[in-house]
Amino acid sequence: MTDTPLVVTASPHIRTRDTTPRIMWHVVVSLVPVIAASGWFFGISGLLVIVAATLGAVVTEKFTGRPGALRDGSATITGVLLGLSLPSGFPLWMAFLGGAFGIGFGKSVWGGLGQNAFNPALLGRAFLQAAFPVAITTWPKPGGAFWSLSGDLFAWPFLHPVSDAVTGATPLGLLKFEKQGTPLSDLILGTTGGSVGETASLLIILGGVYLAVMGCLNWRAPVAIVLTVGGFSGLLHLLDPSKPSPLFMIFSGGLMLGAVYMATDMVTVPVTNAGRWIFGAGVGLLVVVIRIWGGLPEGVMYAILLMNALTPFINQSTQPRVFGSAARRAS
Amino acid sequence: MKFFGFSHGIHPPEEKGLTSALPIRRMPYPERLVLPLRQHAGREAKLAVKVGDRVERGDVLGSADGFMSVPIHASAAGTVTEIGWWPHPDGSMAQSVHLAVDPSAPQVPRPRLVPRWTGLSTAQIVEAVQSAGVVGLGGAAFPTHVKLVPPKGSTVTILIVNGAECEPYLTSDHRTMVEYPERVHLGCRIMMQTLGVTKAVIGVERNKPDAIAALEKAKPQDLDITILPLTVKYPQGAEKMLIKSVTGVEVPSGQLPVSVGVVVQNVGSLAAIAEVFETGMPLIERIVTVTGHGLKRPANLIVPVGTRLRDLLAHCDGVTPDAAEVILGGPMMGLAQANLEAPVIKGTTGVVVLAKTEVRSETVYPCIHCGRCLEACPVFLNPSLLGDYARVRRYADMASHHLADCMLCGACSYVCPSNIPLAQLFQAGKMALRRMPPAEAR
Repeated sequence: MTDTPLVVTASPHIRTRDTTPRIMWHVVVSLVPVIAASGWFFGISGLLVIVAATLGAVVTEKFTGRPGALRDGSATITGVLLGLSLPSGFPLWMAFLGGAFGIGFGKSVWGGLGQNAFNPALLGRAFLQAAFPVAITTWPKPGGAFWSLSGDLFAWPFLHPVSDAVTGATPLGLLKFEKQGTPLSDLILGTTGGSVGETASLLIILGGVYLAVMGCLNWRAPVAIVLTVGGFSGLLHLLDPSKPSPLFMIFSGGLMLGAVYMATDMVTVPVTNAGRWIFGAGVGLLVVVIRIWGGLPEGVMYAILLMNALTPFINQSTQPRVFGSAARRAS
Repeated sequence: MKFFGFSHGIHPPEEKGLTSALPIRRMPYPERLVLPLRQHAGREAKLAVKVGDRVERGDVLGSADGFMSVPIHASAAGTVTEIGWWPHPDGSMAQSVHLAVDPSAPQVPRPRLVPRWTGLSTAQIVEAVQSAGVVGLGGAAFPTHVKLVPPKGSTVTILIVNGAECEPYLTSDHRTMVEYPERVHLGCRIMMQTLGVTKAVIGVERNKPDAIAALEKAKPQDLDITILPLTVKYPQGAEKMLIKSVTGVEVPSGQLPVSVGVVVQNVGSLAAIAEVFETGMPLIERIVTVTGHGLKRPANLIVPVGTRLRDLLAHCDGVTPDAAEVILGGPMMGLAQANLEAPVIKGTTGVVVLAKTEVRSETVYPCIHCGRCLEACPVFLNPSLLGDYARVRRYADMASHHLADCMLCGACSYVCPSNIPLAQLFQAGKMALRRMPPAEAR
């Protein structure tokens, strides 16, 4: 026994088998069906966008992140989520740039994993929206041959893209600008125009349930978002039936992707359960406000980013009540 | 009786099956015993022997230094060979008395050193318990006689007996309840009488049905003692959690259990009270669970206080090749040992030898604010935030976020997916605050 070197650690000496990289890779795994659906609906043009955005994120993490940071899987999630939130046929160099911006400015400059205030994928997307407003609102129609290359995938950087794809509009765009509805079944299954991975609401929900069961996702924020969007838009719909129905609001656009995968990003949402309810409710309200009264057809991205900014404040005001004390003591 | 339970907490693997069915055996005396003068909370005992002295089993080696102290007794007949600094299980060095055990001594009980309890006044019982060196055997080693005297101006209405034994691996309390239920009840009776309470509840986690059955069977008819099965959850055995589970009341932050009319005592300690009055011998041995996947032959043993870990492990056929860490106490709150020369002391509930695969990895990831620690913390702190403060040494901020309420149970560290040593950071924070002038620490 004397020859055996003894390990001496502080208590507790045992721990759960779960690790941060394992949580992250679980998230990636849960996105596989969503990615597959993108391939089904948008063919190779959709998948290439995801690959480009992921490459941009991963390469940037490699060069700006901590040594070995790639293994924790968080950059992969950022890239994949960004890719899923872009239109198919989006120029690949732009997708790559978006991933690079998301990681570089959304994460590395803050100090890497756990330190950033804003969701890196959404920050990357916001950057792309500001820089390339036309490309990011060019929505090729789903369907068509798997190997057909749509849009301006291979446009050279900074050359004016010439689009020859058959483009459609997203259900929210149709509604906003052409007062045209979309059948609910199409919305749930995903056979509508839209970003690569945001259309298949059902698969996104399944991914979320999987993560919640595995203990890798806190369900409160997404549930709060869905309830708030449903409740608020339902109220508006009752008052004025020309406003979209609550089910349409819930299943259209990026709401499900945002609720399940972005409003649950542990780093950028409140850490307390009460805070997560508040965060979700805030996102829900902002989404409805932007969609109904704003200039943009879609508002999930800005809603989440705005609430990200409030996260420290929400955390501070929802500190748990300490055992054996009557009420929360703000400190 | 209603079971209230407590919120949050964790479910680590129990690992009690290694020893829970093994009857308690007596370990033979080793050649040498090392007895530190500091084995309990409070003031350390005053040395009462010198090198060369011949002592009998039960003789005083160190006497109590005031009320907040207890004496230390010789666990075996032998000769004092050395007095000096020696590795203590808490990682420091402590003044210790070395005994060369006399191989020819019969080590039999001597004439009574502790009087019979019947007919003694409360003050005499308190004195007898103190002079027998009885301390809490659940780990903290708080002098038991102090708990027999409630602070002035307080009323005790209920005695809660802690048979939760929520630490993984440990079964010493479990086996005590199964094999010595009468002693537990007798200890309960003595304590109820001295405290002047009429009601006692023995809380036992449901994973010990044989202990619950044994206690029920041996229950005296003339006393109001309830045996209450508790949910299996760590830290069910923490004083405040146990009180909440049994009474539904939260002990106010910063106060003692007696503020809600409760005194808590561990089952092992009750059995020890009964034992010293039964046998007339002071506390010189205790039941220790020696276990773990890194140990060849796990056992529940009666071990003489002062037995060095080296001798104890050797008695259990030694450790396996993949043994990595030796812990005194349970794996959640116990102390890892760097030196196997350290002895078993009165507060040693168990010795756990962890295998390489169980030991914490050295890789620590950044906090991702997943919030699992908030859902684990039984006193509802925000370990994630406290950890952030600890990393940048903002100790005053830790204090204002209720670091004082942390009992270092380690539930947060256990669940942290990033392997952040939160409990260790909080311990360091508590120590830093103690060194700070009060004005700075608020």
